[in-house]
Amino acid sequence: MTLRFNDETFRGDYTYHNSAAAVRRFPFPFDQDSYMYSVNIEPHRPTRAGSVFEHRFDVDEHYVAEMQDRAITLADDPLRCQSLPHMELAGWDFLELVMVCKSEDYPDMFTLHRDGDRWHWINRPLGIDQRFTFMDTSTLPCGPLEYIGRQTQGDHALLDQREGNLWMDAGIVTSQADWSLDFNIGMNFFEWHAPVPKAHELGIFQRALKFLTNVQQGKPSRRLNWTMTVNPRLDTSPENYHKWGPEKRTITPENVGAKQYLRVELQSFYRLPRSNALVFPIRCYLISLEDLVTVPKWGRRFHRVLRDLPDELAEYKGFAVNRSMIVDYLARFDDGAETSAGIFPD
Amino acid sequence: MAGTAFTPSILSRPVYAGLVSRGATPAIMLAEGEGALALMALADHDPAVMGHAHIIHIPAGTGHGAALQALGPAMYHEGPTLPAVLPRLRKALGDAHMGTALYIAGTEGVIGQVTAEALAAGVAAGAISTEHHGGAARRMQCVHCKGITEDVVTDPFICSHCGLSLFVRDHFSRRLGAFQGVCVDAETPGQIPAMQEIRP
Amino acid sequence: MMLRVASVEPLSPLVTKFRFVHPDGAALPLFSGGAHVVVEMPDGEMIRRNAYSLVSDPMDGSGYEIAVRREDLGRGGSLYMHTRVAEGDLLGVGAPANLFGLDLRARKHVLVAGGIGITPFIAQIRQLTRLQLPFELHYCARSRSEAAGLALLPDLPQVHVHISDEGNRMDPAEVLSGQPLGTHAYTCGPEGLVAAMADAGARLGWPEAALHSETFLAPPPGKPFRVTLARSALTLTVGPDQSLLEALEAAGVDAPWLCRGGVCGQCETAVLSCHGRIEHHDHWLDDDEKAAQTKIMPCVSRFQGQDLILDR
Ligand code: FES
Repeated sequence: MTLRFNDETFRGDYTYHNSAAAVRRFPFPFDQDSYMYSVNIEPHRPTRAGSVFEHRFDVDEHYVAEMQDRAITLADDPLRCQSLPHMELAGWDFLELVMVCKSEDYPDMFTLHRDGDRWHWINRPLGIDQRFTFMDTSTLPCGPLEYIGRQTQGDHALLDQREGNLWMDAGIVTSQADWSLDFNIGMNFFEWHAPVPKAHELGIFQRALKFLTNVQQGKPSRRLNWTMTVNPRLDTSPENYHKWGPEKRTITPENVGAKQYLRVELQSFYRLPRSNALVFPIRCYLISLEDLVTVPKWGRRFHRVLRDLPDELAEYKGFAVNRSMIVDYLARFDDGAETSAGIFPD
Repeated sequence: MAGTAFTPSILSRPVYAGLVSRGATPAIMLAEGEGALALMALADHDPAVMGHAHIIHIPAGTGHGAALQALGPAMYHEGPTLPAVLPRLRKALGDAHMGTALYIAGTEGVIGQVTAEALAAGVAAGAISTEHHGGAARRMQCVHCKGITEDVVTDPFICSHCGLSLFVRDHFSRRLGAFQGVCVDAETPGQIPAMQEIRP
Repeated sequence: MMLRVASVEPLSPLVTKFRFVHPDGAALPLFSGGAHVVVEMPDGEMIRRNAYSLVSDPMDGSGYEIAVRREDLGRGGSLYMHTRVAEGDLLGVGAPANLFGLDLRARKHVLVAGGIGITPFIAQIRQLTRLQLPFELHYCARSRSEAAGLALLPDLPQVHVHISDEGNRMDPAEVLSGQPLGTHAYTCGPEGLVAAMADAGARLGWPEAALHSETFLAPPPGKPFRVTLARSALTLTVGPDQSLLEALEAAGVDAPWLCRGGVCGQCETAVLSCHGRIEHHDHWLDDDEKAAQTKIMPCVSRFQGQDLILDR
């Protein structure tokens, strides 16, 4: 596979764009014409060649630009990557997982040589050639989580498991949907989900926690989550909310198709070997409404989902102010025809 | 219920269950203002708690010093503010062994900060007993500039560091001992809702 | 995965160490100190599955080692290992899972083992040593000849051996007192030892979250009983040396599990009707749930009475 990396930005002039192939492989999150919050977890196995589920850590045409955007965010605010002291071992576990997966899944882009603890890592897209000693942080330019996090699309949280709970004790988070690592670090599963409406009463988090604490080595899981973002912006952090917030009010009936994006998170969960921690990669995919409706099934279905969504979910996901313009736009692409089951294009 | 009664809230919001004796073990007790009453009730209920107790008292304009001293703690200290007594608290935590109980009574800001100090020193959450006394003022972290504003009594309020108008989110961090403040006019600069008084 | 038995080494009259390697020499998944694997033993019609703590180095994937104590009164799993397994045999071994991990935030780790309860700590000591974290270990045994752990323990100043025959019984209160703030204590061994540590901890004011114990159980044998599975429309008899979970598996009924020792909660099954008494042997359900008799943990629990109908 030869991948061409886009020259694009996720801020300022927002030159981010999806190729036709990237649109076809977009992880559209709705498998039916309505949406209810649910746990919807499935095994993270290689699924469908060419899809974002084909490899454990998907590398796509946005890889290089996303890593550049992360570097800008981290330079502005180094607190977006933090690790409590006891999480360093989990950081090494995570570094190993990514290096092994990527060198196996994309041998043309990534190479890993291991001779005992002496490792040699080559990342061709980013022009990195690093020799280091595994578990010796002084041989890397920064901690293991930050080192590999700067080379891996998506946010990554490392969760310590103890007292029957999961604790958000480390992470690298620069493309989050409105939560702050600096504020949430050290919280347990129920605490960091506290602001999510309704789901607690439904017992969803109880069930999800029970599932996650039993995730076993070699058997990762995944789920999709979604929200809406104005402009293809990765850094929609609360930290910078006062800077990007005004953009949310720039949607008009004329520009909604181009400026309004569906933001999908591919979340996965892996048990790590040495630390017994979980790593929780949260990979973000962005698609404009006008690109999305080029797949007729998605245009029809997305219209129905947003039209029928309960108000408080639109409020929680932060797009209530633009909802009617979005629904009006999408209505033009919904002829009322039936849609096929599943998330993939027809 | 002892102390202030709060309306039910989200799961990250701390619950101040009232001081409960952990018996005649070594103890560090920190009382601020009317929180002194909680220590008196505790000693009344189980006098044995005072035998190995180190009381750190911040009167905050109340006059309970003599009454606290009369409870007969092993050590007693009075200081004017929390920052003034922090070095002493840290020394006490550093010298402590497993089995030391921690009792904290006072306003939410003081409870939050002392709890955060104790957790950082290795005290397990289960060894900490808390009781809320005093107003409903909150300790807020500005999510934007990271500065902490003490004694916030209105929602929204103005960050004392960066000057943004912030709304009060119930979300609480035990590590910081603070609630989260988020820009209230981020999407519509200048449109700030009327301030309201914070209630428990 | 199917692994080859590379060596069988007696450590004491009752305890034998087994080493497993990949038949092709491939590296095995690494693990964390305190992790266990489930070993599959084909025994006639059925497959027995027993969980054993790994005692080899967690950072060494060249092989897995377990130490098995022969339980003559048990259901036969350990007897099988002792009498029927030889070097060169192939056995099914599951991926490591850890239900007794270290709390890596601890300022200090105090490990207390009684008898064969030493096994999870062997790997934990290696992990703690590699991470350069402070710890002390107390190993209690009745007599030196029974103390199989001596052959597994490193010669370190942090390792303390208490042999009651030689008059140096361990005093739980002495071990727990004076430990610095942020210490975590872990106990694995007979129930009496676990209870004594919990007791001493409570008296010294230790918070519960800092006192860990491995309450791992082997499924106890018992009287045979009948059970009806509503969804599968089956009625089975659970044999005296068989667990309910094993009976489900033998009948081809899909039932989840992880620890097979009543700890993880994975096998929890709804009881649709129960005329009789469930013998709850697990550490997962709380007392109210046990009394209600509406849930059962098939990996360890049994039943006596007229009829039991499960949602499986
Ligand atoms: S399998 Fe773990 S409790 Fe039954």
